Amino acid sequence: MNPSVDALRATFDTAIGRAADVRGDTIVFVDAARSFEILKWLKETPGQEYNYLVDVTALEYRDAERPIEVAYFLRSLHRRADLRVKVELPQNRPLRVDSVVPLWHGADWLEREVYDMFGISFAGHPDLRRILMWETYAEGYPLRKDFPLRGRFSRAEQVRQALAANPEAHYSLEELSIAGTFNELPEDMKERLRRGDRGKVPYSE
Amino acid sequence: MKRVIETKEVAGQSPNYLLARFRDLIDWAVNSSRANSLWPMPFGTACCAIEFMATAASRFDFARFGMERQAFSPRQADVLICAGRLPFKLAPVIRRIYDQMPQPKWVISMGACASTGGIFDNYAMVQGIDTVVPVDVYVPGCPPRPEGLLYGVLLLHKKIKGESLFDGVARREEQPLDERGLRLPPEQIDELSEPFGNSIHQFRSA
Repeated sequence: MNPSVDALRATFDTAIGRAADVRGDTIVFVDAARSFEILKWLKETPGQEYNYLVDVTALEYRDAERPIEVAYFLRSLHRRADLRVKVELPQNRPLRVDSVVPLWHGADWLEREVYDMFGISFAGHPDLRRILMWETYAEGYPLRKDFPLRGRFSRAEQVRQALAANPEAHYSLEELSIAGTFNELPEDMKERLRRGDRGKVPYSE
Repeated sequence: MKRVIETKEVAGQSPNYLLARFRDLIDWAVNSSRANSLWPMPFGTACCAIEFMATAASRFDFARFGMERQAFSPRQADVLICAGRLPFKLAPVIRRIYDQMPQPKWVISMGACASTGGIFDNYAMVQGIDTVVPVDVYVPGCPPRPEGLLYGVLLLHKKIKGESLFDGVARREEQPLDERGLRLPPEQIDELSEPFGNSIHQFRSA
């Protein structure tokens, strides 16, 4: 068992749920309402320092009674320690959990993927849009158990909606999201982008 | 030369015969030129593209069949080779590439996924690119070996040599999307996309 679990229990008491050792990996369940606080503690406390977020993903079980889980795979690069933190979200309530993008920037696209595939919304995410499916995708969340494998619409309707999409919307600078780093680009590239040579960059000055 | 001699021999028998032979001659010249210098536009999305590259490279070398120049711009291409599966997100892209190609143009659907959706009978995948663009030759295989693709190219040569500039049926026409934004009637797309083979056993499909 990873010693971080005992440290978590000592600090957060009842917010820490059950913990298990599965094939050498430690899984610890934490309270959804305090997940951000707990993850922040795990990242910033000396002796924990889980400074690398390997992955964020979600799990839904075939048993409809079981809650959906959001899993955070944490690693401390210099301590060489791994910890898997899970948050349970009951199905009968809105699927909502705090975003960890303020802690790990790498969570940005990971959380977008979880949102896209499972419909879990991350409170405080700077740009919570679909990432794999197109933004106007209306059939639901593909990795949920109640989602039919071939989608909800007929094939003809799927083809029609796909062909009606504007390809520029997916393969544009907006989609590639260099907007956030606009101010770090070299001057000549900024100038070209301002002139609109490659399309408009949103959120630029 | 043989054709011209034949025309002389029987020209007196029918006033239309000479014209018909002349049209045949033009079709033969045009079609041979088209068939023997196809410029392929590779649209490789998956593992079929690896076999496509092998076909293009020195060991198999489809330049032997006049496909020396690969056009990475649709505006200088004759034949679109879709090598690999096509997700719905790429459907408008391949349609735009097809629309940008000048006439005459042909499409080869390479591999099981491009032709039928293959093993990907799911929410994200086009079930055969013929629901999006018209296809001339389907090359089966997962992926097809280079010989298979070359055989498909030769079949396309055969098809091109059967076309006619003067015959309304055999002439190649532009096939734009209809007012619904579809290439085929919706019921035909549904029928083409129906599950078959092992995918009828997928219980999660409602």
